[in-house]
Amino acid sequence: MTLFGVLGFTAPWLLLGLLALPILWVILRAVPPAPIRRRFPGVALLLGLRDDEQVSDRTPWWLLLLRMLAVAAVIVGLAGPVLNPQAEDSAGGTGPLLVVMDASWASADDWRARQTALDALLTRAARDDRTVGLLRLTEPETVRFQSADVMRTRIEGVLPNPWEPSAETVERALAALPEGAFDSYWMSDGLARDSRDQLLAALEARGTVTVFESPRSLYALEPARFEDGAVQITAHRLRPGPVSEVTLTGQGLDPAGNPAVLVRSPVTFEADATTATTEIALPAELRARMTRFEIEGSRSAGAVALTDDSLRRREVALIAGRDDREGLELLSPLHYLSRALEPTAELLDGALTDVLPANPDVIVLADVATLSPGERDAVTEWVESGGMLLRFAGPRLAASDVGRDAEDPLMPVRLRAGGRSVGGAMSWGEPKAIAPFDEDSPFHGLAIPPDVTVSSQVMAQPDPSLASRVIAQLADGTPLVTRKQVGQGQVVLFHVTANADWSTLPLSGLFVRMLERLAVSSSVGEGEAQDLEGTVWQPVTVLDAFGRENEADTLPGVAGEDLANAPLGPDLLPGLYEGEDRAVARNVMGGDAVLQPAAWPERIAVEGLSRPQETPLSGWLIALALALLAADIVASLALSGRLRGPRAGLAAIGLALLTLSPQYAQAQDTTDESRAVAATTDVVLAHVLTGDEQVDELARAGLYGLSQTLYFRTSVEPADPMGVNLETDELSFFPFLYWPITADQPIPSDAAYAKLNEYLRSGGMILFDTRDGDVADFGGDTPENRRLRQIAAPLDIPPLEPVPADHVLTRTFYLLQDFPGRYAGRDLWVEAAPPDAELVEGMPFRNLNDNVTPVVIGGNDWASAWAMDENGNPMVPVGSGFGGERQREIAYRFGVNLVMHVLTGNYKSDQVHVPALLDRLGN
Amino acid sequence: MTADTALLRQNAQEEAARFPALLARAEQLAGTVLLGEHGRRRAGLGDDFWQYRPLRAGDSYRHIDWRRSARGDDQFVREREWQVAQSVQLWVDQGASMRFASDKDLPTKSHRARLTALAVAILLIRGGERVGLTGWELPPRRGNQQIARLAELLSDEGVDDYAAPESRGMLPHARAIFVSDFLGNLEPVEGALTKAADRGVRGALLQVLDPAEEAFPYQGRTIFESVGGTMAHETLKAGDLRGRYLDRLAERKDRLARLARLTGWHYHCHHTDHGAQSALLWLYRAIDGSHG
Repeated sequence: MTLFGVLGFTAPWLLLGLLALPILWVILRAVPPAPIRRRFPGVALLLGLRDDEQVSDRTPWWLLLLRMLAVAAVIVGLAGPVLNPQAEDSAGGTGPLLVVMDASWASADDWRARQTALDALLTRAARDDRTVGLLRLTEPETVRFQSADVMRTRIEGVLPNPWEPSAETVERALAALPEGAFDSYWMSDGLARDSRDQLLAALEARGTVTVFESPRSLYALEPARFEDGAVQITAHRLRPGPVSEVTLTGQGLDPAGNPAVLVRSPVTFEADATTATTEIALPAELRARMTRFEIEGSRSAGAVALTDDSLRRREVALIAGRDDREGLELLSPLHYLSRALEPTAELLDGALTDVLPANPDVIVLADVATLSPGERDAVTEWVESGGMLLRFAGPRLAASDVGRDAEDPLMPVRLRAGGRSVGGAMSWGEPKAIAPFDEDSPFHGLAIPPDVTVSSQVMAQPDPSLASRVIAQLADGTPLVTRKQVGQGQVVLFHVTANADWSTLPLSGLFVRMLERLAVSSSVGEGEAQDLEGTVWQPVTVLDAFGRENEADTLPGVAGEDLANAPLGPDLLPGLYEGEDRAVARNVMGGDAVLQPAAWPERIAVEGLSRPQETPLSGWLIALALALLAADIVASLALSGRLRGPRAGLAAIGLALLTLSPQYAQAQDTTDESRAVAATTDVVLAHVLTGDEQVDELARAGLYGLSQTLYFRTSVEPADPMGVNLETDELSFFPFLYWPITADQPIPSDAAYAKLNEYLRSGGMILFDTRDGDVADFGGDTPENRRLRQIAAPLDIPPLEPVPADHVLTRTFYLLQDFPGRYAGRDLWVEAAPPDAELVEGMPFRNLNDNVTPVVIGGNDWASAWAMDENGNPMVPVGSGFGGERQREIAYRFGVNLVMHVLTGNYKSDQVHVPALLDRLGN
Repeated sequence: MTADTALLRQNAQEEAARFPALLARAEQLAGTVLLGEHGRRRAGLGDDFWQYRPLRAGDSYRHIDWRRSARGDDQFVREREWQVAQSVQLWVDQGASMRFASDKDLPTKSHRARLTALAVAILLIRGGERVGLTGWELPPRRGNQQIARLAELLSDEGVDDYAAPESRGMLPHARAIFVSDFLGNLEPVEGALTKAADRGVRGALLQVLDPAEEAFPYQGRTIFESVGGTMAHETLKAGDLRGRYLDRLAERKDRLARLARLTGWHYHCHHTDHGAQSALLWLYRAIDGSHG
């Protein structure tokens, strides 16, 4: 390759052809343009007229120039010009090459660009016949040098991890370094890290080191805090720079329970600032539904801040017994409770019957002994559906008969009459201290201040179940806090008062922490280590390096102190962790983290992504030549007078289309309207276009076969089926969509999902067919299955169940027991029957008057069984021999039943009412 | 044999299909001109009232209009206008040069010429005149049948590039209409006009030209061919010929106009991009207005 500055040529000798241009000029100029033969009646008048000069019309100089340019463009284009040719510098060398990747969350944002750069690097290495090894610092493995071509096939699968390389992983990386000399290419994520120097020294000892760093700005989010009545979010950027603005989106569940962007707010970085804070004021109800904040357009785990209960403020209703000691605030049974809860919870005041409809998370009954039967029923129902009833003892409770003889449903234990006083003026003994909390107590791990003492309490009646209900006890073993589960909720009793009358507990910080542990209040900010000590947290969702949420069902639990303090790693992924009664988010960026750009020594060459790409120009030049030649055609026509009138306009338009934008030559389908008419004149079955030609064709043939079957057997007379492009076509014309799933079909856009959900809500039906009934057993996993899950996740699909034996699909037209297609494998899933469907005596079917199931999901490849060519011959073999034909017949019957179900709804199901109706009409 | 008759029949049908179209167009065009019977503006044999005049010696009593005379003491004779049928003879150029249109939106010259001629024939026949063709083929007659025959004969196509006017069989003191582009040799035209003038025939020359023939919008190296293909002229720079061509055309028009003036004819040049109606009106006025 010959280089001329930023331009290089692969075949520079061809440029000599440019020398021929002047000769061409002379020749072209000498040759007159070909004459036009033209009919003209007035030729009689022309006879005898001689031309003034015997030289023909010369080709005008500008037309010649145009042609010269075209020829020159062809010559230069064939010479293979390349813009920004890659000099053989960065990956120069011959020995093995080690690619070191930080592979942390910080490199996820431009991972695609990194892969491209790596691909280019490997291409060059392959050209130079070098072997290449790969080392990911977040997950170091022993390096094996392989040929660059083999490595190229692997880079697609190399993914970043949602944590950063730690000192420990770098140690392992050092140990994993191969023997011998090699050059290194370090793809850095750009963050400063102490462990870099050590590794850099080790790499430099083996050969030259080139560092690759993306100049892109890296953004990260701190966890959201709730302060001063608003959500505070701080964003970081890696390098200070000019004023810039990023958009923050808050995502959560909309009122219908679907994920949606709930709030969007700009964050402005001042010039030279690396952090920016924004304040988002949200109503409490909306705040509680937030699940994550992220920086729009940033694809890294660092730019995601998952929210946990710290944003969510629980609603606590405080109810006290009669306040007969008016004015003595410090003695009020609720004083310490409201002081403890105020910063973190919404307090509700009012009568019990008034606060119950607000469905608070917690109701605190401080020394309330008896409830009216109506109140008791209402509270019991509320507790059973998940409420938490927190009771405090007191003189009134001690004096009452509640839970004396039999266990009260709203009391965790039976109480002995009177209670006891220890360490008072009239008693012997010292006030009792609290015993350390048991392992299985929710308070396990909380430090007990020595000055917390209890002087009076109500006593629990010894009982076989008592031991299991005690979650805190005094040093002498008497229960202090007891708890029992009621339905989905729980009842907790503090055997002391909520004020300082009976104990000093409410005066201590322990009281607040105990309330936190009970999830009466939620902690502010990150859970602190001692707060979390001794607890185990189960991950609910974890983030990958790109900030995508993954299910974490299979991951082990994490100890509370690790969750708070340990650095992220393979054992502690960023994500949302659930404890006993609350959730804590562990984000990539802690509250005090900062982004610090990495500093490399002068001697290390640092490359950026922004290096101009090697751009071959041949194509452009030859296209230019073609365009010039097209212009030449028009110009020649115009010159010779063949281009007049409307033809000129047409030619100009054609030329513009031809040269400027060939993609517009694919005219937009302007037959939308006729398509709509065709789709609505008759019933039309439709299939979703998957982009796989073979599948689409088979789906069309299948629906054609089904349409024919319907036509001949039933009064449904469908027209020819249509393919539907989810992105562009209107869906509401079609009662039924057949959707074959291929493993690699694209995920529809948001707009398409909106359309699909609208379609499903308004009575459309989609038959999903994973076409893998031969290999996938129930519960098995195939690529199609996984794709279906991804595709169907945003769809508004009701709970599903395998088709019950009495489902209306089994009898809309034919009586069917199973639903084979080409395969007779898997279950068919339909919308679950409502739980209250009941079997009426003497009726064969349950009383189901619900809607048409919006989705039917299966994998029996029905389209293949239905597929029929124009002559009515089956296109795909099913089974073998007579049995196979029988299976095909049943498949057709299933199709008929399905379409009947779509078109007639639950008409057949309604027939169970026929006897009753006849009865009413006749006799 | 069968094929021959079939072909003949097919051709005949194709040909026949054209008459009604031409006829219909011509009828429609003629309908736009509303005209009555044109009297001779003097007393004579006819149906229309001309004037009452006092009885003169020599008048037969039978001629006295009793109704008018009874109103006074004088006797009056009712005179009628002298109406006489005029013979109009048409010659429409059938030469190949007429089959030319510079643009597909324009009619060919021959189409325009036939249409105009047929329309004026319809008008004249409705006005009571007798219309025919020059030459012996179709002598002037009246009636709708004659219109159909005219349409048929006008639809013939000639082979020669430029046709010469048919000057034989011209009735003395008849009217004549020559429609052509007059781009061929002018000698026969001159001869025909002279011969007509000798016989007391007057009439109108309608020159039908295509706008391209008037403008000569050609450029570059061109071989011009006549429509019949018998003549060709090659030029290297068509644009340069324009001025001289236009001079020749103007000279030719001038010659025609002079010739017409000398022989008492009317001359008009019509372009196919103008409406046929203007040509028709001019033609009709030229024939009608030439009456005494």
